[in-house]
Amino acid sequence: MSSPSTALKKEEYQHGYHFPDQSLFKTRKGLDEDIIRAISGQKNEPEWMLDFRLKSYAAFLQKAMPNWGADLSRINFDEIYYYAKPTEEQKRSWEDVPDDIKETFDRIGIPEAEKKFLAGVGAQYDSEVVYHNLKKELENQGVVFCSPEEAVQNHPDLVKKYFGTVIPYRDNKFAALNSAVWSGGSFVYVPPGIHVDIPLQAYFRINSENFGQFERTLIIADEGSFVHYVEGCTAPVYTTDSLHSAVVEIIALEGARVRYSTIQNWSGDVYNLVTKRAFAYKNATVEWVDGNLGSKRTMKYPSVFLKEEGAHGEILSIAFAGEGQEQDTGGKVFHIADNTSSVITSKSISKNGGISSYRGMIKVHPGKKNIRSRVVCDALLLDEESVSNTYPYMEIASEDVTMEHEASVSRISDDQLFYLQSRGFNEEEAAAMIVNGFLDPLVKELPMEYAVELNRLIELQMEGSVG
Amino acid sequence: MLLEIKNLKASVEGKPILKGLDFSLEKGQTHAIMGPNGSGKSTLANVLMGNPEYTVTDGSILWNGRDLLEMEPHERALAGLFLSYQYPVEIPGLTVGKFLKRAAESRLGGEEKLNVSAYLKEIRESMDFLEMDRKFINRYLNTGFSGGEKKRMEILQMLLFKPRLAILDETDSGLDIDALRVVSRGVNKLRNPLFSSIIITHYQRILDYVKPDRVHVLYDGKIVESGGPELVGELEKKGYEWIKRQNPREVDHEQSVHSA
Repeated sequence: MSSPSTALKKEEYQHGYHFPDQSLFKTRKGLDEDIIRAISGQKNEPEWMLDFRLKSYAAFLQKAMPNWGADLSRINFDEIYYYAKPTEEQKRSWEDVPDDIKETFDRIGIPEAEKKFLAGVGAQYDSEVVYHNLKKELENQGVVFCSPEEAVQNHPDLVKKYFGTVIPYRDNKFAALNSAVWSGGSFVYVPPGIHVDIPLQAYFRINSENFGQFERTLIIADEGSFVHYVEGCTAPVYTTDSLHSAVVEIIALEGARVRYSTIQNWSGDVYNLVTKRAFAYKNATVEWVDGNLGSKRTMKYPSVFLKEEGAHGEILSIAFAGEGQEQDTGGKVFHIADNTSSVITSKSISKNGGISSYRGMIKVHPGKKNIRSRVVCDALLLDEESVSNTYPYMEIASEDVTMEHEASVSRISDDQLFYLQSRGFNEEEAAAMIVNGFLDPLVKELPMEYAVELNRLIELQMEGSVG
Repeated sequence: MLLEIKNLKASVEGKPILKGLDFSLEKGQTHAIMGPNGSGKSTLANVLMGNPEYTVTDGSILWNGRDLLEMEPHERALAGLFLSYQYPVEIPGLTVGKFLKRAAESRLGGEEKLNVSAYLKEIRESMDFLEMDRKFINRYLNTGFSGGEKKRMEILQMLLFKPRLAILDETDSGLDIDALRVVSRGVNKLRNPLFSSIIITHYQRILDYVKPDRVHVLYDGKIVESGGPELVGELEKKGYEWIKRQNPREVDHEQSVHSA
C-alpha cells in the first residue's frame, strides 16, 4: 500500500504538475504542540491566537473521525506536513513553465495574468498595477481584504470578535485541525451599506499565501452590504498535499448579501474535507456556489444558519466523480427564525465507477412559522458502474412549513449520444455536450468567465471517459 | 457513384431486418424509398449513419468509393452525410444556438475560424425561410418541441450543414400540410447537381412536393421494385398489398420450413 503522497500518477491527473519545493521553512512531518508553536511563531502571532491554536489542537486529538460519509480510513495524520512557508520571492519566469502546463492553461481558457499567477511566477505578474488600483478602491470604501495573518496583525478586534464563532474549533475533527494549523486564506470585511461591485478573488492579492492545505477564510458583511467572493479559481489546483482541510466562515449581518463561489479541481490523491458555514441575520441572504471536481474524497456541505427573520439561504452544489473518486457533498440549512426560506440545488455527475452522494439537512426549529424550503437533487450517471446516492435528512419541528423535495437520476442515453455523433461530434464531445447541458441551468448562475471555464473543465474531465 | 450498397444485411438485437439490399445513387439525384411499416426503412437510414445499435452482418456500402462501414458516425457526418430523424432526440441544456455553432466549427475542422456573425445571419435567414420563430435559437435542442417543430429543426440543420447526401427518414410523418410544404421547400432549396437525397416514406404525400428521380420499394429487407416517378402513382393505386402478394416474406417461409 503506497502512502497517499506517492499515489499521484501523472496519467491520473493529466493537468497537474508538481512545483519544485522552494519552501524556506517547513515543519517536520506529523503534528504536536511544538509544531503549532512553530507555526504561530513564524507568523509572529499574538498570544491569544496561539492559545486558540493550542485549544484547537487538544480538541482535534479528542474528536473522533466521522463515522459516516466517505471512507477516510487511509488518512495518516503522522505523514502530513502541516506547514510550509513559501519562498518570499519567486524568481522563476513564465518561460520556465513547462509547455504542456501552458497548454493546459490555454485549453481551460485562463486569462494570461492568472496563468502566470498559477504557474507561480507572481513576481513578474504583469497586471499587478491593475490589482493595486483595485486594492486602492477597496480601501477607499473601507473594505478590508487581506490574508487572515494580516488581519490578526492589523484588525485584531474584528478577528477576536468573529473568528471561530461560526465554526467553533471543536465543531468537528477537521475544523479543529484547521483551527490548530491554519495558514493562508482570506479575510474580508465589508462596511455597512457598501456594495463591492467586482467579485473578490484571492488571486488579486499577490505575494501572500493564497492557497494552502489548511486555509482559513472569514467574511464579515456588515449591515446592508454586498460582496461576492470567488475562492481560488477554477484552474486545477496543483498540489501534492494529501489533505486539504479548509474552514470558511461567513457572517451576513442585517440586510447583507454574500455570495461565495468555489469551483475546485483537485488532483486525484487529495482528501478534500472542508467546513463551510454562514450565519444570516435579519433579511440577510447567503448563497454558496460549490463545485467539486477531482480529489479522492470530498466531504463538503456548505451550511447556512438562518438566525433571524427574513433570512434566506441558497446552496448550489455541483459534483463530478470520476474513477476512484467519491464526492460526498450537499448542503445544510437551519431555520432558526420565522419567515425564513432556503433553496438547495444539487447536480452530480458520476463516471467510470465514481460515487457522487448528495447529503443534505434541512432543520426547522420548534414552532417556527412561515418556513419555506426547496431541495432539488439531480444526478447524471455516465455508465453502469457509476453510483449516485441521495441522503436528504429533514428534521422539522413545526407545522407551518412549505417543503419541496425533488430528486432525479438520469443516464446519458445512447440515443442522445448517437444523435450528436451523427451531427459531426465524436463520442467524447457528444458526451461532454450532454453533461454540460445537464449542468446548464446551474452554470447560468455563475459569473460568465467562471461558467466558460467550468464547461471546459467538464470537457477535459470527459476526455477518454467513453468508448 | 455517390453511394453503392451491395447485398446489405443488418440486424437489430439479433433479429435480421435487412436481408440483402442493393441500392445505388448518383450525385445530384433524389431517390425515394417507399415501403410498408416494418420493411426495414428506418434500419437502412440508421445503418447508413452508423448507429451502433444496428449490426451489419453482410454486404458493403461504398461512399465515393470509400468503405462507409469503416467510418465513425461523426466521420460520416463530416464527410457530408446527414440524417433527418423520424424522432429527433431531445438534448436538455444544450441551446440550439450553441449546438449549431459547435456543429459549424466541427465542420471547419479547427483550421478556419467561424465567422459567427455571418453564421448567425444565415441561421436567422434559414429560420425565416422555414417559418420558425427566431426565439428557438435560445431554446434547448428539441426539448419540449412539438413534432412539427422538431422536423423543422432537422431541416434547419440540413440547410446549414449543406450535406452531400441527406437521408430523410419519414420526415413527412405526423406533419400537417403546411409543415409538409415548408419542409419540402427546405429540401428543394438544396437540390443541385452536388446535393443528393434519399426520401424514406410510407406515403406518397411528400413526393407531391419533392419530385424524386427514382423510386424504390423496400419490402422485407430488400428492394423489390424500382422505377421512375410513375411508380409512386402505381403504388398509390394498388397499395402495398400488391407488393406483399408478389413477395411472400422470407420469415414466413422459414417458419413454415422449421415447423414442417
